[in-house]
Amino acid sequence: MKTTKFLMSMVIATTLFFVGCKPKDADLQAAIQAKEAAGITVAVAKGDVTLTGEVADDAAKVKAEEIAKAEKGVKSVINSLTIEQEKPVVIAEDPILTKNVADATKDFPTVKAEVKDGVVLLTGEIKKASLITLMQHLSALKPKKIDNKLTVK
Amino acid sequence: MALEDKYKALTDAATAAGITDLAVREQDGILYIDGTAADGATKDHLWEVYNEIDPNFTSGDLVLNVNVSIDAAVTHAKVITQSSNLNIRKGPGTDQPIVGKAAHDEIITLVNRSNDLWWLVRTKDGEEGYCYAQYLEAQA
Repeated sequence: MKTTKFLMSMVIATTLFFVGCKPKDADLQAAIQAKEAAGITVAVAKGDVTLTGEVADDAAKVKAEEIAKAEKGVKSVINSLTIEQEKPVVIAEDPILTKNVADATKDFPTVKAEVKDGVVLLTGEIKKASLITLMQHLSALKPKKIDNKLTVK
Repeated sequence: MALEDKYKALTDAATAAGITDLAVREQDGILYIDGTAADGATKDHLWEVYNEIDPNFTSGDLVLNVNVSIDAAVTHAKVITQSSNLNIRKGPGTDQPIVGKAAHDEIITLVNRSNDLWWLVRTKDGEEGYCYAQYLEAQA
């Protein structure tokens, strides 16, 4: 009898142990995942949290770790988040840029524009009210630089 | 990093204005700020901030490329030339023949916006061709 009782309690204890532990990881995972920014994947094993994915900067990486650590029941956090690499700036090729600059400056007859190695050189003169419009049009063409030597009237 | 400091008021304004896909990058001594504004007024505001930091844009150390986002469902646009008519051309380019004109403040139909710079449009008279997108304001 004694042995049976002991075995029974062992079975119950073991069951409780698994029931008590397994969903806890899943609950923790869900709770942390809900609080983390998009792009972060949360994994939990026996209370140890692992963060993977890409974030914009160091601050976001630190914040993600703090969010995980703040969750009750978390034993440790392994922060494997990486910082997104900045994409290089795209500069338009000269032939395309030259055509687009010609289109953009057509309505500004007092402005002369030259394109070389992605740099738009502006000479001539312009009315102050038109300058922003011209600059807005040119900036949308992916130039390397706008070298503005215009005389503003 | 000095350039980012110089234009901090501008990047702060861009963040405050809720510019989406905001990218601030420095390359070969020039700062590139790209993003999408919710409307034309937000874009113009950023240009005013830029003009305050670098009066008349003479420094040549910043390329500010903020576009105005347009809902895919938008079907009409207003002609926002200063006062003149807007040329409608056979193809996307000022070297293309003029096939029609749209009046200042006229509302025209958008047919295709697959080209960022030149939009295919149709007037109420049925004239169809390409207009310079910078002179068109999408109608909500």
